[in-house]
Formats: sequence, C-alpha cells, structure tokens
Amino acid sequence: MQDKIIQKAKELLSGGAVQVVIGYGQGTGDRVRAIFIQKPEDAGRLIMDGRCVQNLAGYLMKHEVRALGRAAIVARMPVLRSIAQLMYEEQFKDSDVAVIGISDANELVDLPDLNALKEYVRANPLKLTPEEQAEVDRLDAMTREERWAFWMEETSKCIKCYACRASCPMCYCARCTVEVNQPQWISVPSHDLGNLEWHIMRAMHLAGRCVNCGECTRACPVGIPLRLLNQRIIADIADNFGEEEDYALAAFKPDDKEDFIR
Amino acid sequence: MAEFEPKIIAFVCNWCTYTGADLTGTSRIKHATNVRIIRLPCTGRIDFMLLMKAFARGADGVIVSGCHPNDCHYTSGNFHARRRWILFRSLLNFMGVDARRIIFSWVSAAEGAKWAEVVNTAVKEIRALGPYDEYKNLAPIRASWRTEHAG
Repeated sequence: MQDKIIQKAKELLSGGAVQVVIGYGQGTGDRVRAIFIQKPEDAGRLIMDGRCVQNLAGYLMKHEVRALGRAAIVARMPVLRSIAQLMYEEQFKDSDVAVIGISDANELVDLPDLNALKEYVRANPLKLTPEEQAEVDRLDAMTREERWAFWMEETSKCIKCYACRASCPMCYCARCTVEVNQPQWISVPSHDLGNLEWHIMRAMHLAGRCVNCGECTRACPVGIPLRLLNQRIIADIADNFGEEEDYALAAFKPDDKEDFIR
Repeated sequence: MAEFEPKIIAFVCNWCTYTGADLTGTSRIKHATNVRIIRLPCTGRIDFMLLMKAFARGADGVIVSGCHPNDCHYTSGNFHARRRWILFRSLLNFMGVDARRIIFSWVSAAEGAKWAEVVNTAVKEIRALGPYDEYKNLAPIRASWRTEHAG
C-alpha cells in the first residue's frame, strides 16, 4: 500500500502534474504528521499505516499550501468526502487538486479527476457505524436532565482553544461567528454559557457538511466528545431527509415531515 | 406570591405571522401580554443564534412563526427554515436544552385568531414549566443584574 502511494506520488511529481503531494510522514516519537513533498526523490518519506487518520483536506484550504502550486493529496474516505463537500461549496475547481484515493478496504482507488471523486463519494453515502450509532442512542435514552448534566460536565472542560475549529476542514470561514463582536453572538470567556453556545454553534454550522472524520475530537486537548453532536445531526439528516442531496440544508422537500410545528 | 409571568420572545416573519398578529389587534382579540415580537424578513432569516441569544438574555420561552408551507413570500424560505429547525430542535434536545420552550408555528396573515391561540397556549405552557433558571444561571453575571443595569 505504502509503496503504491510512493510510486504514484513520484509519478505525479516527476511528470509535473502536481507541484506538491500532501501525505503522512514521520513525526515526533511514534506519531505521524502531515508532510508536503515537493521533489520526486523525497516521495519515499511518505507513510501509510493505521496511524494515518488525520483529515488532511484542511490543508487544501490554507493559502500557504495553495501558494505551492497544484496539490495531490493522500485521501482516505473522510478526506474524499471533505473534498467533495468543499467542491460543492465551490472552494476549488475541478483542476485544482489531484487525489491519491484509498478505499475503506485499504486499496488504491483510481480517481483521475474530481468528478470521478464526486461519483465515488456519492456511491458510498455517509453512515454512522453501529458503535457510533449505539453511543448516540445511549445519550438519547437518558432523560433530558441527565443529558443536560452530561453536556454541562463535558463542556465545562472546554478552554475555548478552538482546536476543534482549526483542525476541521470545513471550518474555513475567514471570519468565524465566534470572533464577531458587533453583536457578540458567542459569549467569549470559557464559562458555562459561552461553552454551550460555542458547541451548539459549531455543530449547527457543520450540519449537513460534517463528514464524521473525527478530527475535532482527536484535536480536543481536554477530551470533549464533541463529535457526538455532529453524529446526532448526521443521523437526523439520514432519518428525516434521506441521502439524495449533496448538502441537505441547501435543499428541501415541500413535504418534509416534522411533528412539532403548530 | 404573585403568579410567575414568563418572558417570551417571538421571532416572526414579516409577511405572514407579523401581519397575522396585526390582524389579531385590529380584530380586537385579547391575548396574554408576555410576548415581545421581533419582526424578521422571513423565517429563513431566523438564525438559530437569535434563539440562543434570547435565552441567554433571560427569555423563558421563544416562539418561532412564519408562513405556512407553500405560502412563503420568497417561495422557499420557510422550507429551508423547517429543515434547520428539525435539526436544531433535535440538537438542543440531545444537549439537554429544554426544547419544549421553543414553540414553532405557522400563522398566516389571515389567522389573527390562531396567533392569539398560539400566544395563549405558549404562555400557559411556559408558565407551567416555570422560569428557565437552568439556562439563565449559565451566565457568570446574573441575568437579573443585567436586566437592571444594562437594560
């Protein structure tokens, strides 16, 4: 697997098809980190194993990375989904990015262009794993007061570092609502109100866009399971709106069902 | 002790519910006075952050109302809003926020009587739930202090 990726990266770089390959390389200690390969002879530094779970798609949105030229990105399923969503949001054109796709079965997927990527993502709709669904259901089964206590306890750890936002490929707004202070939408200090507001807002602004890569939860230095909020919404979208649209909140059906509007 | 009078903020669309509420008045229909109306162009403009803000500033309940499906002045604003509400309501419930305190309704410009009924029912329900201290007490500064000093 790793050899095939190195081979592909070499081809892309030496043929001049891309100027940079974004992939995983050796980091500090036993960790892997994102690396940016610009010369074909450096391609051997690329790594692919079980540790390579970071969603690299966020780098495609950084102007420092864009300045390097056309990029190829080592992309597992969550990264492919992120790219499809970013394309939907017109964050780059078909020709801007090349992908070295890896399927869930750990096979290299041939995706010659981003249209092929879109088709591939559509053919594999986003679903929660049974374990993820079970955790969402566990919270659902609690009483409202228990859920409130659970989230108060969890969000009270929040230090408002916004690592969840920084690590998220979908959080690319040049000016996030949390920084808007005329009016002050989100209470700034990390007290109960500000924390709750931040986590509600983060989940809502990712509604229908989140690809469930889990980067936010991995990035969180205090271990808040904030990914659960996104998973609740992903399950709700599947239950209420089906899976036809690329972005459920940009679409509607005249007969969308609900049971609470009077 | 005097009965608890809930403070309720209603976010309504300009074209249907606001006009409907106007009709309630011109029809001389009396209803509870606990509701402060905030008029917005369309239900599609009712950002969930506005609802959060209402609670943060001491509302005990919120009403969200607009044109019936297929009646939106902008054709589809309420359809988009409905999808957002479905997700938002579920998210709040998942976080343990009391979603019963947000009352959603469709009230057309011709339904002055329905608006009075929505308001009266909302006031009755929120009164039964009591003040939303759970949320108000999240703020580091007491909501009562803010109302007295900052208006």
